[in-house]
Parts: sequence; C-alpha cells; structure tokens
Amino acid sequence: MRILFKTSYLDDIRLFQHEGQMLWYGLLGLAVLAAPWLLPVFYLGELTQILVLAVAGVGLMLLIGYTGLVSLGHGAFMAIGAYTNTYLLTKGVPFLVAFPLAGLAALVAGIVIAVPANRMSGIYLAIATLAFSQIVEQVIVRWESVTRGFQGMTVPPPDLLGQPLTQGWQVYYVALAVLVLVVLGAINLVRSPTGRALVAIRDSEISAQSLGVNLLRYKTTIFALSACITGLAGALLAHRMRFISPDAFNYLMSVQLLLMVVVGGLGSIHGAILGAVFVGALPQAIALGREYLPTAIGRTPGLEPGLFGLVMVLIVLFEPLGLYGRWLKVKAFFDYFPLYRRATFKRQRSYLKTERVR
Amino acid sequence: MSLTDTLAAPVANAAAAIAEAARAPALIEARNLSIAFGGIRAVDDVSFRVAKGEIFAIVGPNGAGKSTIFNLISRIYEPTDGKLIFEGADITNVAPHTIAGRGIARTFQNIELFEHATVLDNLLIGRHCRARPNVLAEMLFTPGVRREELRHREAVEEVIDFLDLANYRDQRISGLPYGVRKVVELARALCARPKLLLLDEPASGLNTEETEEVAFWIDDIKNDLGITVIMIEHDMSLVSAVSDRVLALNNGRTLALGTPTAVQSDPAVIEAYLGGEAA
Repeated sequence: MRILFKTSYLDDIRLFQHEGQMLWYGLLGLAVLAAPWLLPVFYLGELTQILVLAVAGVGLMLLIGYTGLVSLGHGAFMAIGAYTNTYLLTKGVPFLVAFPLAGLAALVAGIVIAVPANRMSGIYLAIATLAFSQIVEQVIVRWESVTRGFQGMTVPPPDLLGQPLTQGWQVYYVALAVLVLVVLGAINLVRSPTGRALVAIRDSEISAQSLGVNLLRYKTTIFALSACITGLAGALLAHRMRFISPDAFNYLMSVQLLLMVVVGGLGSIHGAILGAVFVGALPQAIALGREYLPTAIGRTPGLEPGLFGLVMVLIVLFEPLGLYGRWLKVKAFFDYFPLYRRATFKRQRSYLKTERVR
Repeated sequence: MSLTDTLAAPVANAAAAIAEAARAPALIEARNLSIAFGGIRAVDDVSFRVAKGEIFAIVGPNGAGKSTIFNLISRIYEPTDGKLIFEGADITNVAPHTIAGRGIARTFQNIELFEHATVLDNLLIGRHCRARPNVLAEMLFTPGVRREELRHREAVEEVIDFLDLANYRDQRISGLPYGVRKVVELARALCARPKLLLLDEPASGLNTEETEEVAFWIDDIKNDLGITVIMIEHDMSLVSAVSDRVLALNNGRTLALGTPTAVQSDPAVIEAYLGGEAA
C-alpha cells in the first residue's frame, strides 16, 4: 500500500498523484500511440469508434455524473455537431475551422435547451431532453436543402493544412488528439471551483445556493459545455462513419451514451472512458462470441441489444458504482490485503435531509 | 461546574448588554417580517436587530417559525411582508446566491453537506463566494487558476486547524459520524469568511461533551474571528451559556426578546415553550 506524504498544497491538485500513476498512464499513452502499427485496420476502426464514444462520454459525464442532470437527448447534440461539420466541409471550409464551429453549434443548441430545461429536474428534465432530441431528428429529416433528409450526406475526409486525411489511422490520431484535449479540459475543470460547484449542485442544491453558487448559471454553463463536447464527438463520428443520415443519431444513440456513463461509473472521468470501451467493444465481443454459440442462439436477430440491456440491468443491480467503482474495490482489496472489508464500500445510511424547499 | 456557570459570567450585567446592543449599529435588522404559506402565518410580524459582535439566539417550540426566519434571511423563501436590512442595505429582494457573497453563511438543521465529496472539497465549496471562476481559464488550468486554488486551500486549512478537522481532511462525508458532520458543516460556513453566521440547531443530536465543545467554538467564533452569530437552539443550557440576547417565538409571533435569564423567566415563554409548570 502506498502512503502519500503531502508537503505542499500543490500535492493535492497535481494531475498525477505519484510516480506509479505516471508510469501506468505513460504506458497506456504509448499503447494508444502505437495502436495503428499493432492493430489490423478493422480493429483500429473499432478503436477509433471507442475514442469518439469516450469524447461524448466525457461530455455527458460532466452533466450526469458531476452535476446530476440527466439527459436523454445527447444524441441530438451529436447530430448537430456531425451535420454542422459535414455541411461546412462540403462547402469547402477547412476542417480546423469547421470542427470547432460544429462544437459551437452544439453549444448554442445546448444553451437554447438548457434555459427552459434547467427549471426542471430529475425525470422531467430527462423527458424534456428526449423531446428535444426528437425535434432535432425531425428538423434534420425535413431540412433537406441542408441535410439532404433521408438521402443522407457523404462526409468528406477531414483535412489538415490542405492535406486530406483519408486513411483510417489518420482519423484515429485526430480522434485521439481530441479525446486527450477533452479529457485534460474535463480533469482541469473538475479540480477547480466550477467543478466543485457542479458537485455541490448534484449533492445538495439548497446548500450550494446558500454558499453562493448561482444554480441557473452553472447548470446552463455545464449543459452548454456538455453539448459542445458531445457535438465535437458527433463531428468525429461522422468522419468515422463517412456517411451520415438522420437515423444514425436517434434516441438509441442517446440511450447508448447514457448506458456508457452509468456502466462506466457515475462521477468520474475514468468511468466515462471505461464505459466507452465497454460499450464500444461489447458488440465486437458479441459478434466474436456468436460463432461459438449454437446456431439457434447465435443467429438470433436482436441478440446484441438484448445482451446490452441484460448487461445494463446486471451492472445497475450488482455494481451501482460502475466499472470504475469495481476497479476501486479491487484496488482497495490488494492495497489493504488482508484487511479489506466489504463494508468499506457499503452505502452508509444517510442522515435526515431537510425538506426540499423547492 | 456547569457549562452555564463557566460561560455566563461575561453577560452577567444583563441590562448593560441590552443597552449596548441597542446603541451599536445593527448588522442585520428584520422589520415586521411576515410570511404566510397558504393560511398559515409561519412568521408573523417579527422584528429584531442584531448588533455587530453579538450572539443572538432564537428559541421556540417546534413549528414556531425559527428555521423559516433563517430561510427568509437566506432568501430561500420570499417574505409576504416586511424587510431585511443587512449592513444598511435592503436584502429583501436580492438573488439567493448573492447572500453568501454579502457575508452571510449558514448551517442547516439536518445537515446539508455534499455527501459524495471529501471534507476538503466540502470546505473548498465553502470558498465559492470568494472565487471568481472562469470556465475557460479553468479548463486550461492557467497559472492564475492555480494561484487561486492554492490561496483557497490555504484559507481552508486555517479553518481545519481552527476546528480540529485535520484527521478527517480527505475522508468522504458519507463515511463520517454525525457529530463530525456537524463540525464540517460549521467549518464550511466559516470558509466563506462570513460577517454573520446562521447556526440552525448547532447542538442537536450531540452529546454533552460535544455540546460544550460547540459552546466554546461559538465563543471563539465571536471573540477570535469577530463573527456575529444568530443561532436557533433548543438546548437552553447552551443558549444561556453563549448568547447575549434571546428571541422567543411561538406560532410565528414574538413572545419575548431580551437576555437569556429575562426570557427564561418570562411567563409567556414558560407557558409556551417550557410547558406550563416548568421553571
């Protein structure tokens, strides 16, 4: 077990708490950098998909895991990002301009929905965001002059300083770079006053407010930021798919994103990444596993969504803290061996709360 | 020697204390404060002035409107009538989140901590009203943000020392016992560097030793930190030990206002609060 000896306030806010972390994250960094040489093209594409999902996952994690606002409509922000990016690229705007504008478009949409939505909470907010995503889907279907409706749009390859990036590994590096920047931004945010204000809103709105947190302002900010990051993920996803149509971003996408953050573990950036890996890799695992199953089961249509649902239910039932929570438990087991007690992670009974005044 | 005897000495001269309180400029003043929920007048025409440096207690049976007064000062409730003046400024209609920045911090009757954060994080959130966060700068973690972070941590550490919370610094609230949570909530309020501290039943659920500790802390908060305190409390020994003046309420109306001894011997208070045959 490692005991951290802190001698400066900086020790609490540095990115890596100790050398061990630096080593492991360094190895992880090397592995993802070397992936194009190590993986066949198909699996590199799947890994790109995971990176893109992770970007969206971080965006949604800030909203759901840190602020406690549930959105069932984040697929719509992905759609807005994807269509803005694609439309601008077809008009000849360079990728380095179109991509941030895609995020900006999603951010504006986020503010538009956040202002009314933030007067709601819990299930009502979820329903409002779901309705919003339906509206966006319909707009994309009808606004044919821009989106070409159900015909869909072919996505031009991203370009960097005039060079088109047509290869799979080039898109992979673009996605990786975006993910690293987004993760760093998110980590920085959650270790600063705004991040703490978000956690405060999640755990007790009334005392957050009495400590000077402007609820409406922070909720709107985080909604917009979350939408922006998700929009960037949508733009990346468009490049990965090379062809977008309205049904690529329907409510199933929103549910998949929600599934990701819940399975990964609410309230941690790690959770968003682990959830993306899980959700991104599971279809492949199922596809590989099918061959070993009896034909009657292996060829059943709808096996993937069915298993998806089953896994979701099992994780919520048996590991409410998600994959990252499970990892923490395993780590604690070895850290404190042989003193680990199951009760360490047991939900403590919570003491009485004041009646909610609003 | 009882707690009462230990701490009551400084306010022995009751009349002088009252006269002094009346002369000193009021830090906060409630003028004819009223609020009605439907047909129930939870607070009905209550007025009081609290001078700077005073410890002011509000007592009364359950449902008397004590916490409602705090919620009115915190601007969680909208008063139906009356005014609240803090440092000469009318705060009856300001936005709720600006109250902390003006220098009013509070604790809650049933503890409203951020359960899934550590003690340190809870206290740092207490510093929120002293921070000017800028999301973009924070995402880049600019040197300015880093400097501010260090400054906040330094300020929080002073409070941790003041209330002896060093042992619990990195623990999550969800794993802490009730008594410690009460202290953490007090610490969080102090981190906001308030001029006025609202304590809602600081001793409820605490044992005798912990209550005595709270009494000493309240005294220190007044004398060392120079913070004015308004507290709601049922424990009359704590009230008479630390408070300069007491406001007794019943059914939202003022029963008595004066020194602890005067209020305790007031016939109306005995009737309503201590229950007829007591005293």
